[in-house]
Amino acid sequence: MAGKTMQSMRNPLARVRGLGSAKEGVHHWWAQRLTAIALVPLTIWFVMSIAGLAGVDHAGAVAWIGSAPVAVLLVLLIAAVYWHAQLGVQVVIEDYVHNEAVKLTALIVLKFAAIALGVASIFAVLRLAFGG
Amino acid sequence: MSADRRPLSPHLQIYKPQLTSVLSISHRATGVGLAAGLLLLTWWLLAAAAGPDSFAVVQGFLGSWLGYLILFGFSYALMFHLCNGVRHLFWDAGWGFELDTVYRSGWAVVIASVALTVLAWAIAIVSA
Repeated sequence: MAGKTMQSMRNPLARVRGLGSAKEGVHHWWAQRLTAIALVPLTIWFVMSIAGLAGVDHAGAVAWIGSAPVAVLLVLLIAAVYWHAQLGVQVVIEDYVHNEAVKLTALIVLKFAAIALGVASIFAVLRLAFGG
Repeated sequence: MSADRRPLSPHLQIYKPQLTSVLSISHRATGVGLAAGLLLLTWWLLAAAAGPDSFAVVQGFLGSWLGYLILFGFSYALMFHLCNGVRHLFWDAGWGFELDTVYRSGWAVVIASVALTVLAWAIAIVSA
């Protein structure tokens, strides 16, 4: 009993409050699962819809992307998929890149690229939805 | 046991590939490939917003043999990652860890991902 308490001066509540060394607890894990669940119906909808658009001309694509329910679903898909993708690639970089400088640079480039490409994609959808 | 006598984790060059390990690394590999493939989605959307000329360039690329190869690979990778991702979500919920269940769900992923890919391309062929 005395020996056990000496292993750590911190009680479980204090440990949980600190949320571990990275100070984020299960946030990364949870966000990856949350976006995964959202992407199950969104992906099936997108793939089957885009397959139905095979060989579509510009006017047809613009009409599809810009229609209200499609535009909303596309924005949701883009947000969820870029969020999910950068979380996943982050783990791969952290697992395989051992040089700290290269790892940090790769993570910064990844995060910036995901946000920039995601915002650009959403902008394109909104521009078509609002007839710009 | 001293540190240098401890058993090593599976040595990839001599360890017999199993359905479980192949699906596991495939999940990560397809995930990375799909992340790169998102560039294609963004390019397609930006081109559609930019106008008919830009859109024709993307459609021309996607209609080439390289475009079809990428689309086919992307579609299968997506369906695989989707099906195996659902398998992972069940594991996260604590379900399906028995060895026979792991193999059955693994084969279900293989069959479902092929079926969904075939369905998507059948829709594309009928629509085109």
